[in-house]
Parts: sequence; C-alpha cells; structure tokens
Amino acid sequence: MKYKILILAITLLTFSCGKKDEPQNNTGKLKVGLVFDVGGRGDKSFNDAAYRGLEKAKQELGIEFEYIEPGPGADREAALRQFSNRKDISVIFGIGFIFTDEITKIALEYPDKKYACVDYTVDPAKTIPPNLVALEFREEEGSFLVGAIAGLLTKSNKVGFVGGMESPLIKKFQVSYEAGVKHVNPKCEVLIGYAGVTGDAFKNPGKGKELALGQYSEGVDIIYHASGVTGLGVFEAAREVKKFAIGVDSDQNDEAPGIVITSMIKVVDVSVYEIIKEVKDGTFKGGRVENFGLKSKGVDYVYSEKNRHLIPDEVHKRVETIRQEIIEGKISIPVK
Amino acid sequence: MDEIFVIAFTFQTLRITIPYLLPSIGGVYSEKGGVVNIALEGILLMGAFFTTLGTHISGNIYTGLLFGMAAGLLTALIHAYITITLKSNQIVSGIALNILALGLTKFLCKIVFNSSSNSARIIGLETLDLPFNPFLLVCLIVLGVSYYSIYKTRFGLRLRAVGENPEAADSLGICVSRMRYAGVLISGLLGGLGSAWLAFNQHSYTDGMTAGRGYIALAAMIIGKWNPLGAAAACLLFGLAESFTLQFQDSAIPTQFIQMLPYVLTIIVLAGFIGKATPPAADGIPFEKKD
Repeated sequence: MKYKILILAITLLTFSCGKKDEPQNNTGKLKVGLVFDVGGRGDKSFNDAAYRGLEKAKQELGIEFEYIEPGPGADREAALRQFSNRKDISVIFGIGFIFTDEITKIALEYPDKKYACVDYTVDPAKTIPPNLVALEFREEEGSFLVGAIAGLLTKSNKVGFVGGMESPLIKKFQVSYEAGVKHVNPKCEVLIGYAGVTGDAFKNPGKGKELALGQYSEGVDIIYHASGVTGLGVFEAAREVKKFAIGVDSDQNDEAPGIVITSMIKVVDVSVYEIIKEVKDGTFKGGRVENFGLKSKGVDYVYSEKNRHLIPDEVHKRVETIRQEIIEGKISIPVK
Repeated sequence: MDEIFVIAFTFQTLRITIPYLLPSIGGVYSEKGGVVNIALEGILLMGAFFTTLGTHISGNIYTGLLFGMAAGLLTALIHAYITITLKSNQIVSGIALNILALGLTKFLCKIVFNSSSNSARIIGLETLDLPFNPFLLVCLIVLGVSYYSIYKTRFGLRLRAVGENPEAADSLGICVSRMRYAGVLISGLLGGLGSAWLAFNQHSYTDGMTAGRGYIALAAMIIGKWNPLGAAAACLLFGLAESFTLQFQDSAIPTQFIQMLPYVLTIIVLAGFIGKATPPAADGIPFEKKD
C-alpha cells in the first residue's frame, strides 16, 4: 500500500510539472518552449506578461508553444534541459533573472538551439553565448516615474515599498523608486519591506499582505510592490484599509480597481514576441543584450481611461516632464 | 512605539498564529492517541486548495470551509487507514501523503485554474475586524474544548490510554483502533479549518502556500509537551517571532539577521527552557492486538 501511494505521488508530481511527451509533430511549425519564473502562470504580473507574448505570437505568427512552471530549486535547469533535448522545439525562453546562470550554461551545451532570457543579469566580465539574447529592462526608469507619482500624491508624506526576494534586481526597483519619491518630495519618508531572501519570496501573498498591513498601520498611504504573486497580498491589504498601491510588470489595475493608482509596466510580452518573430524571419542574432527603456517605451507607467481619475492633471504633467528629462539624460537614476 | 503600532502588532501576531494553532492542536489529538501525524502539512495543503476551490465554485465561504474541512478529513482518513488498519510506518505514510498533496494540488490547480501556481481570486474574509474575527473565536473555543475533552472527559482518558499503553486499554475493552481513528480524524478536521483561514486571508490559493506550517505546528506541539495549552503558547511564540521579522525590517539591523530570529528562538526554546519533552509512550507504534 505504501508503495502504491508513493508511486501515485511520484506519478502526480511528474504530471504536475507540465511535461507533455507528445510524439513529435511534423507540422513544420516553429515551436517555442518557455520556462516561467517562481511566481508561475496566473501571477497577474511578470509571468503572465510573458504568456501574453506567447499567445500573441501564436495568433499572429502561427507558432506553437509549450511551457513549464518549475517548482523550487534545481527544477529550473531540468526544465530548460528538457526543452533543449526536444527535437521539435527550437527556441527556449527563461523568464526571470534567476535563470541567468542556468541558461548561459545550457546555451553553451546546446549550440544549435536558440535561447532568450528576460531580465538576464549581464556580467561585463563574461561573454553572452552566440545563441542567447539577454533581454534587459531599465526598471529604474519606470520605477523612478512611479516613485514621483507616489511622492506627489501622498497625503501622509509616507510611502512604502514591498519587494519579493531581496536581490540586486529588486533593490534596483527599490532604490530608483525612492529616488523618484525624493526627487519631487524630499520630505517624504519611504518604508521598505522584503518578503524574504529566496525565490519563494515572490510567491507568498500571505506575507505580502502582512508586510503591507504593517506599513499602512504606520501611516503609509501608497505602496509600490515589486514582488510577483506576493504583491497580490499587498493589493488585498490596500483593499482592506482603503489605501493605495502601485502595480508592477503588467497593468495590474484590474486586480483592485480604484486602488491600484498605476503600474510600472515592462513590455515583457513585446520582447518575447519580438524574439520569436526574429527567429521566424531568420533575423535572430544571439550574443547580444537587448535593452528596453523609457525611450523605446520598453518600460512605462500606466495612464489610461481606467486609472486617469486617480492621477490629477498637474501630477501627470509633472511626471511627463520628468520622463523627458530622464530620456534626455538630465536626471541620473541610482540603481544601488 | 505608539498605541496604534502596538495594536497592529498584536493583531498581526494573532493572525499569523491561527494557522499554526489549529493544526497544532490537531496534532495533539492525533499523537495523544498514539499516531504521529507528519501528514499535517499535506492536510493543510489539501485543505487550503479545496477551500479555495469550494469558494470559487459556490461563491460562498461556508461552502469553501466545508470543502476545506472535508479535504482535511479525507487526507487524515487515508493516513489513519494506512497507519491504524494496515499498521504501516507512520512517518512513511505521513511523508508519502505530503508528497501526494503537493503533486495533487498542483495537478488539480492546473486543471481548474489553468495554472499550476495560482488560483483565481476568491471572496475570503476581511481581516481587520479582528476583535470579532470568527477564526480567532474558533481558536479559543477549540483550545478550551480540546483541553477539557483530553483531560476531563471519558473520551480523553481513553484517547490518552491508547496512546500510553494500548495493551492495557485493550484489555479493559477499549477499541484501540477506533480511538486512534478519532484522534487522527480530529486532527484532519482542525488542519482543514486552519488552512481555510490561510486561503480566506490570502483570497487565493498559491502552490505550496502552507510553506511548512504543518511542520511548525508539529514542532509547536512538541515544545508544548503534547498539551493543547502548551502547544497554543508555542504557536503564539512562533507567531510573535514572525510578526517581529515583518515589523522590524525597516531598521538598521540587516533583514537577513532579523529573518533568522524565529529559528534561533526555536532552537533556544527547545534546548534551554522547556526541559524534557516526553511523548505519549506508544506514540508512533502501531498496535497489534494479541489474542
């Protein structure tokens, strides 16, 4: 009986990893494999943005795709390897900075496959493999702008930040957000909280909620989160105490309408789509860093009919001026 | 340290304590009867998923609660069947169930919500009306009832008897396996209840959202010397430590150091303050009836 249950458990675990060993398809369609970051599908944020890129490519370019939502730990490399070993899959994406080391290693091992990594941490001392594209986003520029919005809108002169895993990437969000707040409102205080020091900190909404409730109880009235699924807890907290939050990566307005003032968006969907298009058109070139900033609208903040009523005109004007100044290089944004 | 902060801190501690306390008391029932219930983690995970599922389908938290408790009960029933009726090793069964729960919840989440990581948003419970928080009330009732039932009733006496000396209890005509089933099933119910709070508080299900709470509940039970009141105190201690890590992050002390504190605290308490924790004598040993 014990063994039966163990076998059943193992079977289910294997299934749940999203593995589909279908016989190879001979339709000749381009097939893409994508491995999600810690938060996984349904995070309404980063990973879902990547998924939208896949969907768009499927509809407009007629490609096929498969994805894996890895569990904690070493699953990531196994997932990349699993796709790399498949004959029918030619392009493989890793979503998130956490893939940096693994995808570099795997790309070198499988030189005939093409790879792209969103949020790849570029190390100037190392060369990027010729079959890998590093997709880098200037989160600091977008975070600076939403920081300015928070600094202009706060009534209590106290705003907050909730980060997922304490890491250089998320620190970048935090530091530039703080700089944005102080740029428009030097007297404003910024409270900071992190959900943890491991990847799991991106999928802990319970903790996100408690962190946010803590900050709100200390007088904070706007919290910016950069924490994946954990941020959904921040929205729950904001909903309960009727205060405000700022979303990240995707337009998160729909998660808590009227509460999410704006979102710092990264066009992860566009970047995924563009890479697939390049492969399809035969123009894919690896070994490079593709940069997305304010100038190319690779990062931005949301200002649409859904949230326009939350941002007064004079605030919007001021922020647009700052945007110009950043693009022209008049403002230097700290990242550490 | 103003008044508002102290109140917020206290409430936060209580909120965090709830999902430790209920399964921990469940663990006391199970182990007092002589069955080690490592499966608590799996029970919590199943409970949280099915609470979310029930609420999602019906749009009503009571149905969700019912689903969650039923899932906890069912998982516990499997554990009871394997360990009591089939007399298998209790640790092996518990770990197998935890792995099963991990896979099964992912699998079902994928089917229902098209993502193996996250569910859709559910209604859940608002948490800030805490003095009237129904779950806090439930905790207090469970605490009182469990203490009374384990130490002051015939049921409790029998439960403890089959956990301490099943042969003697059997010779006096007590049905050992029935008592043990009762203990394990109660732990399943309480586990389901605790995990329902997790799902309601978070308004969703996230893969692996119990994050080892079942194990911490077991640790609290041991620190509390297999006594509901002691277990509750230990849970409160864990809640306090966790709340501390959340509230004092934004200070000069490095976060990594603060996040280490609950674990250090556990070691100190285990090593220094509680003295020898003695489990029920027949805890973990399957009972073979001799004719």
